Amino acid sequence: MSGFKPRDWSSHAPYIAPDYKSTILRGPTKPLMSLSGGISEASGPVFARAAVRDLDWDLTRNGRVNGEPIGERIVVHGKVMDGDGRPVPHTLIEVWQANAAGRYVHKVDQHDAPLDPNFRGSGRCMSDENGNYVFYTIKPGAYPWGNHFNAWRPNHIHLSLFGPGFATRLVTQMYFPGDPLLALDPIFLGTPDEAARNRLISKFSIDKTEEGFALGYQFDIVLRGRLATPMED
Amino acid sequence: MTYGETPSQTVGPYFAYGLTPGQYGYDFSDIANHIVAGPDAKGEHIRIIGQVLDGEGMPVSDAMIEIWQADHEGVYRTEPVSIENAGFRGLGRCGTGTDAQNRFVFETIKPGCVVDATAPFINVTVFMRGMLVHAFTRLYFDDEAAANARCPVLQSVPADRRDTLIAKRADTATGPEYCFDIHMQGNRETVFFDV
Repeated sequence: MSGFKPRDWSSHAPYIAPDYKSTILRGPTKPLMSLSGGISEASGPVFARAAVRDLDWDLTRNGRVNGEPIGERIVVHGKVMDGDGRPVPHTLIEVWQANAAGRYVHKVDQHDAPLDPNFRGSGRCMSDENGNYVFYTIKPGAYPWGNHFNAWRPNHIHLSLFGPGFATRLVTQMYFPGDPLLALDPIFLGTPDEAARNRLISKFSIDKTEEGFALGYQFDIVLRGRLATPMED
Repeated sequence: MTYGETPSQTVGPYFAYGLTPGQYGYDFSDIANHIVAGPDAKGEHIRIIGQVLDGEGMPVSDAMIEIWQADHEGVYRTEPVSIENAGFRGLGRCGTGTDAQNRFVFETIKPGCVVDATAPFINVTVFMRGMLVHAFTRLYFDDEAAANARCPVLQSVPADRRDTLIAKRADTATGPEYCFDIHMQGNRETVFFDV
């Protein structure tokens, strides 16, 4: 089991990003200590296919009570890979999001927008042997938050991945192309590098769009790769 | 061709119905919970309890902690993790929003020492609103003083910060408990690692 390449910090946000106010009292302030190359960082949890149940990957159906959820049905396709383009197979992807009105099921969400009795907004799927994944959902709405006056989060879906090791853990958010709120969002803008943060924006895909059913979006996810195994000859 | 990493983004305040549904009472299955080792697991059964404290020393009520640890013989699980497993699972997950004091509480076993280390420890990951990137740390045990003194990772940490990585044992009526508070900032700021 070889270790993973170091995290590429140019692709990530700093811990303290003052425009996102909650970081100010919560982000570590001291430099991180280096730690890599051991089996503890190279190992990580694996999950059986059975961890994903029948409807877990279809958020349009897994929260139904007495009808269909309201909103625009979408299908999200993507490939999980490492920085060298190698697929990351059989990795668990957990997703959660607001409903079409921009309201989360979470009990502390006080936004004055309706809950949808037929939409919970959480699910999970697993990448296949080629790293590909797919899930169905309803396009989430924008919602206001208290970071600053008239602050609105762009439409987004939260994703959580384990990858092949403890070191490859990733929690991220997928955004939608053309959203005018992206240019105003301190969480999206928290990643200083423009090319890096633009990787958080999914691509509309007419090829993945399902005739008469759901708009298709593509969102590829790149995790850290393994260090090269020493050559023997 | 090389591809840039997908940036990390915050877990936000509303992760519970996706990541810790059972703990928070949502109607969705769990892939992991606060039980890292079920009753059938070999080894010394222990409890790990702590708070996450912000820069003003206030407990954080919307953090999520994950732990990943070796079994009692110091071996990481390579079989799939399942909450149906009554033995050793290896992975734990707990939010700080359901306890009156905003503590995380894990039921586990004390791990053995892994093959490339000199002291036993548990890998800890911290996620919360206000963190755009999660933070990694390690939990060592205060009743392993001799082993800790030989641990190159602990010894690489400045002496005045080493204590932030060491959980304090208390023997209670319901078994041994280790207290491990995580200070995000301040003069007791926990040591976090670039894993």
